[in-house]
This record gives sequence, C-alpha cells and structure tokens, in this order.
Amino acid sequence: MSILVYTESWNGSFRKSTFEAVSYASETAKLLSTDVVAISLGNVPNEELEKLGNYGVNKVISCEKINKEDAESAAEIMHNLINDSNIFIFSNTYSAKMIAPRLSIKMKAGLITNIISLSEDSSLLKVKRKAFSSKAIETVVVKSEKAILSIAPNSFKVIENSGMCEITKNDTIKTGRITVEGQETSSGKISLSEAEIVVSAGRGLKGPENWTMIEELADLLGAATACSKPVSDIGWRPHSEHVGQTGKVVAPNLYIAIGISGAIQHLAGVNSSKIMVAINTDPEAPFFKAANYGIVGDAFDVIPKMIEELKKTK
Amino acid sequence: MNIVVCISSVPDTTSKINFTDNNSKFDSNGVQFVINPYDEFGLTKAMMLKEKYGGNVTVITVGDISVEPVMRKALAIGADNAVRINTSPLDSYSTASAIANYLKENEIDLIIAGKESSDYNGGAVPGMIAELMNLPFINACIGLEIENNTARLIREIDGGQEKVSTNLPCIIGGQKGLVNESDLRIPNMRGIMQARSKPLDVIEPESNENLVESNIFEKPDAKNACKLIDANNVSELISLLQNEAKVI
Repeated sequence: MSILVYTESWNGSFRKSTFEAVSYASETAKLLSTDVVAISLGNVPNEELEKLGNYGVNKVISCEKINKEDAESAAEIMHNLINDSNIFIFSNTYSAKMIAPRLSIKMKAGLITNIISLSEDSSLLKVKRKAFSSKAIETVVVKSEKAILSIAPNSFKVIENSGMCEITKNDTIKTGRITVEGQETSSGKISLSEAEIVVSAGRGLKGPENWTMIEELADLLGAATACSKPVSDIGWRPHSEHVGQTGKVVAPNLYIAIGISGAIQHLAGVNSSKIMVAINTDPEAPFFKAANYGIVGDAFDVIPKMIEELKKTK
Repeated sequence: MNIVVCISSVPDTTSKINFTDNNSKFDSNGVQFVINPYDEFGLTKAMMLKEKYGGNVTVITVGDISVEPVMRKALAIGADNAVRINTSPLDSYSTASAIANYLKENEIDLIIAGKESSDYNGGAVPGMIAELMNLPFINACIGLEIENNTARLIREIDGGQEKVSTNLPCIIGGQKGLVNESDLRIPNMRGIMQARSKPLDVIEPESNENLVESNIFEKPDAKNACKLIDANNVSELISLLQNEAKVI
C-alpha cells in the first residue's frame, strides 16, 4: 500500500515541482504510516535518482525507455507498476495533465487537480484545491477506493532531510501513437510556472525594446519574465510569457506587475501569488486594489531605481 | 470531416463568485454564463476546418437545461447541431463518461475540447475521454493543421513547445493560438435566426457515477489594503519586500 509519486525530470534532472510532489507524497505516507515509491521516466542518472531519498522516497523505479511526453505509454507503465497502491501523487505540470487523466481511468481513481493542501483526514482523502480561476477554494473528498492527487506548483513546501533510496530499473519499451517532430525549448531561463518570483510588464512599457530593463530586474531577482495579454497579442513578447485567463496561471511568492492595469482577466491568472507589487502611472489602476504594495509612478523612472537598489544589496 | 466540439457553460470572468446552501453549491443567481473561453478557440477552429474540408460540426455539453443558451450561441456561431446530455456533471469522470458513452456510437474524425474550463479548472475531461475512447490526446494545443488522415499540431510543454503529429481520429485540448483571438467568431443576426431551428438533441445518460465529491467552498482570505510607497523612495519598497514580506 505504498504511496506512488511521479518524479518528472527535464533533461535528466529533477526540478522544484518534482521535489514538492515528493515532499507531499512523503507527508501523506507519514499520515497513513506507509512508504513512498517514485516512478521516473526517461534517462535520469543514478546520482540524480539518489537525491530523491533526501525527500522521503524509499524506492525509485526508473523506466529509462519511456518518454514522458508519450502519455499513453507513460500511463500504461505506471498502471503496470501500481501493485496494491491506492494513491498516486503528481505535480500538475503539462505532462502530468496528459498522463494523470488516462491513468485515472485505468485505475478508476478519483482525480483531483490543483491541490493546495495535505489531506485533512487519514481515514478518507479530503483536500483543498483552487477553483473558479483562484477566486475560490474548494474542499473535495475522494469517493473511490483509489485516488490521484495532482499538486498545484509552488503551493507546497519542499521538505529536505537526508535519506537513502533503493533504485530499480524497468526496461519496458513502449511507443504511443503521437510522433514528436520537433521541440523548441527556452532552456537556461527560469520556467514561468515554477518561478518563485515573476517580473511582468504590460503596455505601459511602450515597446519591445524597453524589455531590457525588465530582463535586468528579473535577472537580479532570479525571476522569470511574463507579460500581459495585449503585449503578447501585439507580438512584443512570445505567447508563452502571457499570464492571465487565456494564458498561463502562475502562483509565485512575488509577482511584480509593471505598467499592467490589472484587468480581471489578467488577475485571474495571478491572484494566487503570495505577494503582489503594482507599479503604474495611473493611481486608479485596478491592480492597486489587488496588490500588497504599490508605487504610483513611471516604470522608466522606478525600474532603474529598483535595479540600482538591488545592485547595492547584492 | 466529422468534428465534435465539447463546450462548457461557465460564469463570465467578470462575475462575482458566491456560494449557497452553507457554501456547498455555486450560486448562479444573477450570473451571466458564457462559452468557456478555451472552448471558443476550438469552436472557431472547427468552423475553419469545416469550411476547408466540408463536413459537420457538432457541439456537445453535459448539463441540465440551463446550459442551452450557451449551446444556442455555439449554433449561432456556426455549429450544425448540438447534443446535450441531460445530467448535472458531478466531477470530471462523470462528465467524461457521459461524453465518451455517447460519442462511442458515432463516426468521428476529430474531437476538440478546451484545455480546461474556467470554473473548476480541472483540465481532466479531454484526457479522460481519450482514454475511455482509446484515442490519441494532444493537450495545450496552439496550432492544428489537417493533411489527409494526419493531424499536425503544436502543443505547449513545460518550458517550450513541441511539433507533433498523429492519425485521425484524435482528441485535442485547445487554447488561445489554435486560432488568433482576433479571428474568434461571434454570432451575427443571420446566425442567431438560423440557430433557433438547428437540431439540439437531448440525450439521457446511461449512468452518472462520480469518483470525487465537492464538499465545501470558501473564498481566499481578503487581502489587506495596498501599501503605497512614494516613487522617490524605491529603497523602501525593496526593504519591505526583504524584511516585511520576506520574499526577496
């Protein structure tokens, strides 16, 4: 009756959202007095797999020949490895969103996504999740015997101790019906959905050439960059940076909105950020109602000053 | 080409969200319902594919009679017919099962759903339909072209995007990018008139089983008023973020 957790890797290494899911799994395992088994897909070196022990994994099964973007094969192998386990934990990433629904049908397991709390009860699974574009929190209860819990990134603390885990390899080869023809990754940069700090800018910046200072500020803070919808619509920034209702939903510890008025569609994508800062020339901008801190001022004046201040404290 | 578009009827983004019955149910009083924004991109894409290759566009929704205005809107935008599965969806599994059970009986080339609904944001229904109907599933689609029996797609992945292809039939989870926002279709007067006489079939579901149950809703804690800092005192903002909010 181990707790299973999908430990997603990117180019052979684990990222923060994976450690969040593992920490969540080991806290759940403590509640139910059981152990944690991790499933890893694709080529991950042993020294990376061993790290999982520090977050509470007892055993990891590494399926090196399964591609994580091939959700059909991923769900199938996971289903084969379940044994008598009833609970499977994911971090709610793009690839989890493709694998978990398939697996839930195979297992006939209730699937809950966007989870932000541990189970409140050890006899039945009862967790809180984000709903209504983060305008509400819903408490849901699993009715089925089996459950898949998918954790919202950046909502659960990584808990690190030192520990060991057993590594076993599974050599199953499988290929699904989707052919990958090409990939474009924005490597090197901080992933927007995982970032702890996001620096975001809107039309107030007046043109794409003015993003140099936004990128400099983001670099100093170790932040990811984002933008508002009009900015991605005009093509000043790529669509992948658009946060808001029809773009990405983010929940960083700090969201800095520069020259973004704060339309309700934009706020829907950012309102579960822990701290929000608004910088805008218009004191009536709706973002000031949602923000924790605000400066009424011109970005071209305020941002260079912020950069200067941050350089001083480095 | 037979295309099915799964449509969800959701509260307009600007709606105030409230709950009733001791916070156990969404309060739809005075709420304006619209086509789920992610589904709108799929519906317009379906219309474009139909215009290019011919065929039929069906919209399907699981819900009681209250979802019909949104379905009529989809018909006014140009869908040929609509199917409503007459039950109140209880969770992603009950919604996906209802749709899959009905669609299994039909010849379909392409199913388009939104990558998630803007109310419960579960994002699980299209993937579940894929598994129930044994179809390839491409989520977070930002591009789709059809060549003979092959779908060529672009999907978002963590930290980038991917070009993929698969054979029809398949199911996709769509979003902005599938078509440009400026190309989204809105109903015109002729469409609205025609929609009144287009078929909207009501189907009774075989069963309505759920695996998870909604228990109670709450609203996030109200934020404190925004602390305003003078534009000439940027160092104070940095110090507040470091020492008070402790986020940098």
